[in-house]
Amino acid sequence: MPTKVEKDQITGTRTTGHEWDGIKELDTPLPKWWLYVFYATIVWSLGVFILYPSLPTLSTYFPGITGYWSRAELAENLKAQQEIRAPFVKRIQAASLEEIRADPELFDFAVAGGRVIFAENCAACHGAGGAGAKGFPNLADDDWLWGGDLEAIRHTIAHGVRNANAESRNSAMPRFGADGILTPAQIADVAEYVLSLSGTAGDREAAERGAALFSENCASCHGEAGEGNVELGAPRLSDKIWLYGGDKASIVQTITYSRNGTMPAWSERLDEATIKMLTIYVHALGGGK
Amino acid sequence: MPLDVTSRLQEAEGNAPVSTRVQKASVPLYANRIKVYPKAVTGKFRTIKWVILTVCLSVYYLVPWLRWDRGPGQPDQAVLIDMPGRRAYFFAIEIWPHEIYFLAGLLILGAVSLFLVTSLLGRVWCGYACPQTVWTDLFMLVERWIEGDRNARMKLDQQPLSWSKAAKKVAKHAAWLVIAAGTGGAWVFYFTDAPTAFANIFTGQASVTVYFFVGLFTTTTYLLAGWAREQVCTYMCPWPRFQAAMLDEHSLVVTYEKWRGEPRGKHKAGTSWDGRGDCIDCRQCVAVCPTGIDIRDGQQLECIGCGLCIDACNAVMEKIGRPQDLIRFDTLLNQQARARGEPARYKLLRPRTILYALLLATIVTVMLVAFLLRPTVEVSVLRDRAPLFVTLSDGAIRNGYTLKILNKTNADRTYTLSLTGVPSAKVNVIRAGDESADEPVVLSAKADSVATYRIYVTAPAHAIEAESTPLVFTLRDRDGKGSAEYHSVFLGPER
Repeated sequence: MPTKVEKDQITGTRTTGHEWDGIKELDTPLPKWWLYVFYATIVWSLGVFILYPSLPTLSTYFPGITGYWSRAELAENLKAQQEIRAPFVKRIQAASLEEIRADPELFDFAVAGGRVIFAENCAACHGAGGAGAKGFPNLADDDWLWGGDLEAIRHTIAHGVRNANAESRNSAMPRFGADGILTPAQIADVAEYVLSLSGTAGDREAAERGAALFSENCASCHGEAGEGNVELGAPRLSDKIWLYGGDKASIVQTITYSRNGTMPAWSERLDEATIKMLTIYVHALGGGK
Repeated sequence: MPLDVTSRLQEAEGNAPVSTRVQKASVPLYANRIKVYPKAVTGKFRTIKWVILTVCLSVYYLVPWLRWDRGPGQPDQAVLIDMPGRRAYFFAIEIWPHEIYFLAGLLILGAVSLFLVTSLLGRVWCGYACPQTVWTDLFMLVERWIEGDRNARMKLDQQPLSWSKAAKKVAKHAAWLVIAAGTGGAWVFYFTDAPTAFANIFTGQASVTVYFFVGLFTTTTYLLAGWAREQVCTYMCPWPRFQAAMLDEHSLVVTYEKWRGEPRGKHKAGTSWDGRGDCIDCRQCVAVCPTGIDIRDGQQLECIGCGLCIDACNAVMEKIGRPQDLIRFDTLLNQQARARGEPARYKLLRPRTILYALLLATIVTVMLVAFLLRPTVEVSVLRDRAPLFVTLSDGAIRNGYTLKILNKTNADRTYTLSLTGVPSAKVNVIRAGDESADEPVVLSAKADSVATYRIYVTAPAHAIEAESTPLVFTLRDRDGKGSAEYHSVFLGPER
């Protein structure tokens, strides 16, 4: 292809020298202002190269004259935030749960902080806002496995449930079916009785048969009337709240294999003030006693 | 006012006829600016212009310094737009962020007022009150003080660079920059406490934002009033382009009485005026024009209607003993009438002026009513979404809400909260030390602030008949000073 540079007659601009089927292309120069802005960006980028981390070396990198590092900036910001919070955290540490609950300033601080801590650590199982899920207790209702006053909540958070912590909440429900303590027919009768405790009408005869079995096998923990026992984490069976489902099949499943849910001991991961804030927050979710 | 493209092309080519395509293509896309050297002038309209300039600049510079006592803890600046505090203060009026529609109303009000004034009086806004005009006038005044009047300035610009020329130019631009910085500085004072900001700016303690905006408005003032000038009106501003829609043959515009001015020409003192026009072609009207046009060419887009040419012409007419107002504010219809020897008649009531006036009255009324009826307390309720609702051990259903009370008064207030829609619903307020469900529920909000409460509403199972039940929160001031309502819902399990 011929590459003879020539001038276009009409505009006076150079052509690219190429010709396609008689059509020539103008070699219009870039606008000056655009070109100068482009050169300016090149100069600017040199400055950035020198001031900020830029060139990689074999084992590390050139950190730039300023040594800027976004993580260091984040750490500084976090530190600044912690300094702002420090006086409150100190007061939370010194105060008892009841004192925090009664002091408007500390209470608001604890609830605001607790909400964030809850979202980070607890919501994975207990759900946003403590809504709970099957097998993970709803923390917003008024039913508590291990007690719903401030101290009971704090203890459960700090030491967890059925884990290796020395002060962990601990109890174990036998596997009545799997270990052959009760026959499947007896379990069905007990399940009918348990249902009748919360006023759910069912097979009345079976429930009557189950009553004796319940008194013999279950009442020691769950109470004669199924009122539960927070000392043992034995759920109240006479209310409308079911951790693992309140239909007959779920209850039969629970009696046959038992459940025994667990929870980590958070004192091994969170400090005292944080646990206090969490306690206040959970207590204020609506069910606190 | 059509723009004559051909004549402009000719102008750009030194009045050579546009003959061939090649020649046309070499005409630059953008015409070079022909620098305007407006001459000083005195007269009626110049005086009005000085008065308006003084009033506008005084208002702009002084208003941030006015004080207004709002009580302790409140800003005492009469006019303040407090962005971090999310309030706008205008003397006794305090605007909250959600009342920003008042600003929209003010802008609409301004626009319609402009329409009305333009259809009655023409471009008086452009010629007298527009900030571009006011600041350009101020900059020209300074320019005249330092470099002299039109002829002196033109001569100075043609001179080779010398120490005295450099001194004058430096002095002019320095003075411009000082005024520009003052303009930018005063702008900032509307958004922050003026005395504090004033001290902080000079001691280097003001925020980056303050310095940024002072710098921004210094730059724009300097560039627009010092360098761009009439180009802003001709090329940048949209208003001259569409205000032709408001003007008609009854609107006041700057007119040249062609019927009595032409044929123009030089006139020797003592000779007869018979058979010739009153215009002696002295070009004073062109010399004083801040946009550099010749008003005798008729209506033009560039004319900002300042009337300085009228002052210039009248001074000349007086000297040569001819009737005043060869150039005058007049309507196009009146010009035709005068040419025919008929008396001039002004028609103020026209469909368009009536329409604009009605529109203006409506907007003023609506805004006034909205302002007077504006509540002193408002409540907003945000329903919890996680969990949607909680079933309690006795089967009762509980919903959580976040209640925000906006107390717009200048005193701490207490309110009673009542609920309607869900029978036998109980209210619990989650706050420090108090969880009682006593009736009535009393909530308080501090002066001029928002109070937030977490509230639980519990209803027995039998009271809930649907998955979603309408629930109305009513807040009543305990001293009977206003009430507010919020319509929310109460959710329960699927039925």
